[in-house]
Amino acid sequence: MTALYGIFRHDLGLALRQGGDTGLVLAFFVLAVVLFPFGVGPEAEILARIAAGILWVAALLAALLSLDRLYQPDYEDGGLELIALAPLPLELAVLAKSAAHWVATGLPLVLLSPLLALFVDLDPHAIPTLVASLLLGTPFLSLVGSIAAALTLGARRQGVLLSLLVLPLYVPPLVFGAGAVEASALGAAARPDLLILGALTLAALPLAPWASAAALRQALE
Amino acid sequence: MSALDLPQPELNAPEPIAPDLVAEDLACRRGARVVFVGVSFRLPAGGALLLTGGNGSGKSSLLRLAAGLLAPAAGRLSWGERLVAADLAQHHARLHYVGHQDAVKPTMTPRETLTFWAALRGRRGAMAQAIENALAAFALDPVADWPCRWLSAGQRRRLALARLLVAPAALWLLDEPTSALDADGQERLERVIAAHRTNGGRVLLATHLPLAIDHAQTLVLDGFAPASDPALTLSALTL
Repeated sequence: MTALYGIFRHDLGLALRQGGDTGLVLAFFVLAVVLFPFGVGPEAEILARIAAGILWVAALLAALLSLDRLYQPDYEDGGLELIALAPLPLELAVLAKSAAHWVATGLPLVLLSPLLALFVDLDPHAIPTLVASLLLGTPFLSLVGSIAAALTLGARRQGVLLSLLVLPLYVPPLVFGAGAVEASALGAAARPDLLILGALTLAALPLAPWASAAALRQALE
Repeated sequence: MSALDLPQPELNAPEPIAPDLVAEDLACRRGARVVFVGVSFRLPAGGALLLTGGNGSGKSSLLRLAAGLLAPAAGRLSWGERLVAADLAQHHARLHYVGHQDAVKPTMTPRETLTFWAALRGRRGAMAQAIENALAAFALDPVADWPCRWLSAGQRRRLALARLLVAPAALWLLDEPTSALDADGQERLERVIAAHRTNGGRVLLATHLPLAIDHAQTLVLDGFAPASDPALTLSALTL
């Protein structure tokens, strides 16, 4: 437990101190969302119609942006070997690192999303659903992203490879996340989509650290 | 600081007789290249084994094998009677590994770095004192609260080595620990190793430079590479 909390605090401390990761992710999220009104025109009806999709796609791309920082610095400075050699199971270390990654990058996205919802004229009644869907879905992005980050460790053009690997895996939360927000905007029940979104994250919670740890062991050989 | 001031490792509490680290006929393969074959040694409690040999002779690979980061291509590595591979988690709990890299984050201070590594080894109780001792043992106390990006290469190395002292471990695996160290740093390392061995610890150390380590065995890794056709040896290993 001490070790688990130690990793979480260490990673979170690093992310907050460097500040770059969180800032970059948020700035990207804002810019990506703001680009859409320029692209599709300022008509409120059109924007409102596609708002759920815009917000979710932008959040997903923003989350993707910071994934290569999950293991790469530790891999480069030798810290990853020491974590692998620590007495705690590597799976738990991965879980702690993913949790810290989510708090540093996923949670700020969730908190910023209501503001951005106004930019794209999302129905105000759907904003609580938007926040709930991101709250349920962004942990999935960090967890599943950690698998791809581990698999691409040490690869040249890691960032590109990582996107190719991880974007197809992000389709299910995108479908149900955007689906929930849209249902809510149309006055329908968002509950089924949110439940499936939660189920996805719950399934990723034990599976992703396991897969990630296997990939990390491979990378350290 | 004298050897007596060092934290006293509580070694091998669950294991009544301190077992040896035994390597029998180890072989290592990296990709298609066979690095060495037929390496055997026995490292008893309190023992030290110096690995020497030219570049590429497999010193680092042997240390990674001993740490369990690599699996041997042939041969067995055991702790007493038990195969290391049978319980890697337990093996990891009894070793410290210091590789080529210092694993030092530029924005963290040395004190924070050591606190993190101590927590990673599951230490909380007497941690603060152990960290002070570790900082003092490598004369890092004046810079303990600086961000590590201000440290010199030698000071980073000292910090990586100070990690050895924040949590007890029966087996130290050190890969070129003296690189970037000055004479004072090297002397401090020798003292720390001596104290560790007095407490029954074992040291496996790869080095190019002569180190003052009493009664150390030496294993020269040159000549363990398969001399003739590497492909032949390779097929022999996979059999």
